Amino acid sequence: MIVHQISVFAENKPGQLARLTRILGKEKVNIRATTIATTATFGVINLIVDDPQKAIKAIKKDGMMVTTKEVIAVIIEDKPGGLDRLTQMLFKENVNVNNAYGFVLDSWKTAIFVVEVDDTAKAQKLIEKAGFKTLDDEALSSVEPFHYVKY
Amino acid sequence: MYWEKDVETMPREKLEAIQVERLKATLKKAASSYHYGKVYREKGFNPDEFKSLADVPNLPLTTKDDLRENWPYGFLAVPREELVRMHSSSGTTGRATVIFHTANDLNFWTNLVARCMYMTGVRKSDVFQNMMTYGMFTGGLGFHYGAEKIGCLVIPAGAGNSKRQIQLMQDFETTVIHIIPSYALHLYSVFEELKVDPRKDTKVRIAFVGAEPHTEKTRKKIEEFYGWKAFNSYGLSEMNGPGVAFECPCQNGLHIWEDSFLVEIIDPKTLKPVPDGEEGELVMTTLLREGMPIIRYRTKDLTRIIPGPCECGRTHRRIERFKGRTDDMMILKGVNIFPIQIEKKLMDVPGVGTNFQIILERKGFNDEMIVKVEVASEFFDGDLLKLQRLQRRITEELKGDILITPKVELVEPGSLPKSEGKAVRVIDNRKD
Repeated sequence: MIVHQISVFAENKPGQLARLTRILGKEKVNIRATTIATTATFGVINLIVDDPQKAIKAIKKDGMMVTTKEVIAVIIEDKPGGLDRLTQMLFKENVNVNNAYGFVLDSWKTAIFVVEVDDTAKAQKLIEKAGFKTLDDEALSSVEPFHYVKY
Repeated sequence: MYWEKDVETMPREKLEAIQVERLKATLKKAASSYHYGKVYREKGFNPDEFKSLADVPNLPLTTKDDLRENWPYGFLAVPREELVRMHSSSGTTGRATVIFHTANDLNFWTNLVARCMYMTGVRKSDVFQNMMTYGMFTGGLGFHYGAEKIGCLVIPAGAGNSKRQIQLMQDFETTVIHIIPSYALHLYSVFEELKVDPRKDTKVRIAFVGAEPHTEKTRKKIEEFYGWKAFNSYGLSEMNGPGVAFECPCQNGLHIWEDSFLVEIIDPKTLKPVPDGEEGELVMTTLLREGMPIIRYRTKDLTRIIPGPCECGRTHRRIERFKGRTDDMMILKGVNIFPIQIEKKLMDVPGVGTNFQIILERKGFNDEMIVKVEVASEFFDGDLLKLQRLQRRITEELKGDILITPKVELVEPGSLPKSEGKAVRVIDNRKD
């Protein structure tokens, strides 16, 4: 299954991230994960959100340059060696990872690792064949962020 | 103290009489060029009708566009085989304006440069280090031959390579240099780095600063840093290059050689002449050029004539340090750049959006050009490397054209101010 990552272009200067989060906050879009890649004068902000379509519409309306990219959100075990199992498999299958980042879903139980590869469909098959589960946009948006908090 | 005392101190009436004679001859000569032949026919102008300087405002004006449109030989008043040298305006590639000289033209030019240099105190015993780009840029060969004419030992050092420049100054006991003002300011940090004291460890006493507009403050700074006398030099390739106007030891305005050029200041809007003392656009006519006479050339440089005689005794009027230009030409590190050049290059690069902005900054002693470029929305796919490649490509394309490496910054579409007038495109933050 495929997740749509949002990529936003931003100049490397104060206030750019604040501008983006203000838009998303106002639209009640929930951010699951984010990474930023920068050069000296500009960068790309990557986001995984609960409602990519709504987010894109709002960001475009504000005038920021935005695009989506298909990425794979793999469920891994949140324990030592959990990520290693996935990356060793990708290495063995000679899949090159262009960008990746992760976030915890259920502490000490599950985490999500987002990977961006050249051939998404092929990698997707390999990952599922190896027994990993992946999320789609819908599954990602229905994830309850606090359901794991135990009182 | 005078290179040619009779010419330099000639009474005004006599000087003006010579101007009329030389202008008459120039107008006749120009008739044989394709461009002026056509202009004369169109206007029904007969050069024999020209009688006195009062008729000058009725003569046709010439612009850089005329030179471009008649590229390359449309202004020639002699057969091509009479030419011995060509020069080109700095910076621009493609249809740069090209100026041709006959052997006599070169002699006249060389003599003017020698006159300028001698005026500031340069003598046969001097060692002259020319730190200008040689080649088609007039600042190299123009000064080179002028200094040789005086009899100096000339070091054709060329531009750049700061450590070697300082080494040459020390090894050959250079006494006179020719340098771009922004480079002079930069070079000081190299002196410091090498722990060379220009006052004690070199014999330099005179610096010619030119090819780039600069303020009185910059000159003072150069003089204070180095202990040299810095003299302002003005020239443009259309009027030979250096040697057009130069400061005398009074350092109060630049004497413009009126035996060789007819000088007017006009209102750039009405094109009517303004009286001495009033600011306007400098318009010049060659009075001695054979190969490529140019009549009433609009320099686009803004200045004024300083009224009254100069204490040095020279009767040729003085123009003030330049205030700016009537067009949008930028001068950076001695290179002339028009925003249109940047625009043309940018619009050929896939991925570039619709708007851009040029910002000129002074970083320490270095002038720097920042070009902000909007990225086309459809180009963006979230790939940072692709953006970096675009940035590099733009930098390379611009460098190839303007010969200066700009700092290219990519910005989002619609973020730059919409350009209504030309001026919005360029922000000049360079201050002293």
